[in-house]
Amino acid sequence: MNRRSILMAPLIVPLVTLAAPAVRAAGESGDGARWAEIRRELFGDRPIEPAGDRLVLEAPGRAEDAAVVPVSFTATAPRRSPDGVRSVHLIIDNNPAPLAAVFRFPPDGADPAVATRIRINEYTPLRAVAETADGRLIMAERFVKASGGCSAPAGKDQVAALARLGRMRLNGADAAAPGRPATLQVLISHPNNSGLQFDQISRTYVPPHYLTTIAIAHAGRPLLAVDADISLSEDPSIHFTFVPDGPGPLTVRAEDTKGGVFDGAWPVAGAPGG
Amino acid sequence: MAAGRRAVLRGAAVVAPALLASAAVPAAGDPLPMRQPAPGLHVHMGVHEESTPANAGLIANIGFIVGRDAVAVIDTGGSAEAGRRLRAAVRAVTDRPIRYVINTHVHPDHVFGNAAFVADRPAFVGHRALPAALAQRAPHYREALRRTFGDAMAEASAAVPPTLLVEDSLDLDLGDRRLTLRAHATAHTDNDLTVFDHAGGTLWASDLLFAQRIPAVDGSVTGWLAVLDELAALPARRVVPGHGPVSEDWPGALADQRRYLTVLADEVRAVIRAGGTLERAVETVGRGEAGRWVLFDDYHRRNVTAAFVELEWE
Repeated sequence: MNRRSILMAPLIVPLVTLAAPAVRAAGESGDGARWAEIRRELFGDRPIEPAGDRLVLEAPGRAEDAAVVPVSFTATAPRRSPDGVRSVHLIIDNNPAPLAAVFRFPPDGADPAVATRIRINEYTPLRAVAETADGRLIMAERFVKASGGCSAPAGKDQVAALARLGRMRLNGADAAAPGRPATLQVLISHPNNSGLQFDQISRTYVPPHYLTTIAIAHAGRPLLAVDADISLSEDPSIHFTFVPDGPGPLTVRAEDTKGGVFDGAWPVAGAPGG
Repeated sequence: MAAGRRAVLRGAAVVAPALLASAAVPAAGDPLPMRQPAPGLHVHMGVHEESTPANAGLIANIGFIVGRDAVAVIDTGGSAEAGRRLRAAVRAVTDRPIRYVINTHVHPDHVFGNAAFVADRPAFVGHRALPAALAQRAPHYREALRRTFGDAMAEASAAVPPTLLVEDSLDLDLGDRRLTLRAHATAHTDNDLTVFDHAGGTLWASDLLFAQRIPAVDGSVTGWLAVLDELAALPARRVVPGHGPVSEDWPGALADQRRYLTVLADEVRAVIRAGGTLERAVETVGRGEAGRWVLFDDYHRRNVTAAFVELEWE
């Protein structure tokens, strides 16, 4: 937890304005100074291998909307092989809080393949660093051209957004069947305010208010746990894939920085009733 | 309808000190060339480009309406220079007081000429949701202004918040010339305002109608389609779009945009129903509309993104 907090929002925000000019220069020139700093904070001296085709990271080269940039990663090695992936750090070098999220996959959980949406504040390398079953680190990277995503004004319809705060939605459950891989999408309505959005009337920053954890389980079996931060987009979305071993509720619990706890449950793979 | 009933009159104390400085910036440029599609209705046609120093942010249709006693300006362009040139165009036609400056919504190409009118002490009129939208977006827009026009013009182009809010609808009387302002539900943005000029039956739809230039969805695609139905029911003889030529084909002038928004919503829904992702929608939706709109490649994919994150909650 200590390590995590260093690169995440609560501590990093006060540093942002001071650090930004230097970071921008480093990012645009392709200089790895920023990454070296992040890497030291997150992984110390541990070696990191290029993932090659073991980990595929996908993101648009140029984002259409910097506040909603689709990104996905897929680990291709069999779960129980030495290269099987247990966790993935999603890192946006030049964001104010570079660590967007850590996805943790229990050995019997979801496949290490996730699609989500992130905010990108300026042109930046994007990285997925996966830890394998035997404790090695492998990394895939992309470069994304986008700017302004973290400080971009929240939502297009503020009234509608507040009215559905905490509401959840599960898409794809209809097609799920026991013994077959099912890809589901969890949507959680939340402003995920970054703390970097300035309100001209109150002359203050909109306070940070974002999801910190998302835990997904099926019939009591943990599938995926996410430690999240401000770089996840408003209304966080997570696509994940798992094999239902029988009927049971899919449950989601999300927690935010203001102590909000949001629960959702849906029948999946033939579970009876509501 | 009395102005007081549905409008909230707010003090002008919010005008920032920076405006005083902007008043000292020397006037640049000539009066804008205006068209007069109906008596007393003056429109400057924006160019279908992004804002640049060369076009001074004059990319939206802006203009004014002259009554017996007073003038109402409708949108002020994307920079202080645009506003000054619009003001010069007013003064080339009439010396009647500029009593109202109406901002049809928060977008920079419609509001950042406001500073040029502060000395006239008009009521700045906007949708009830405009102050919040302006407050949230002003810092973001200021950065964009700096990048586009440089520090001096960005500083001069101060955001001037509305002093007269339209809750639902509001009538303004310019002297034998009545304007009905309507505050719409979320459509192009969450703060769209239209102006109906009863004298000539002109609907100033602003960015609730794009012609030629691709519409930009910054509110709600379903909301926009609903508002188009409301607009189509108005007894207009002429419409001034936010972008594109003035038309007397009413409500036929809405058809192209309605088709685009319908295709956008329908095809995004089809991707969602098939379990497709945002990325897939961005790649596949609305390709049949390419070639029918100016600046399609600059805005379409972003529109798909906006529609997708809206419609996946249906």
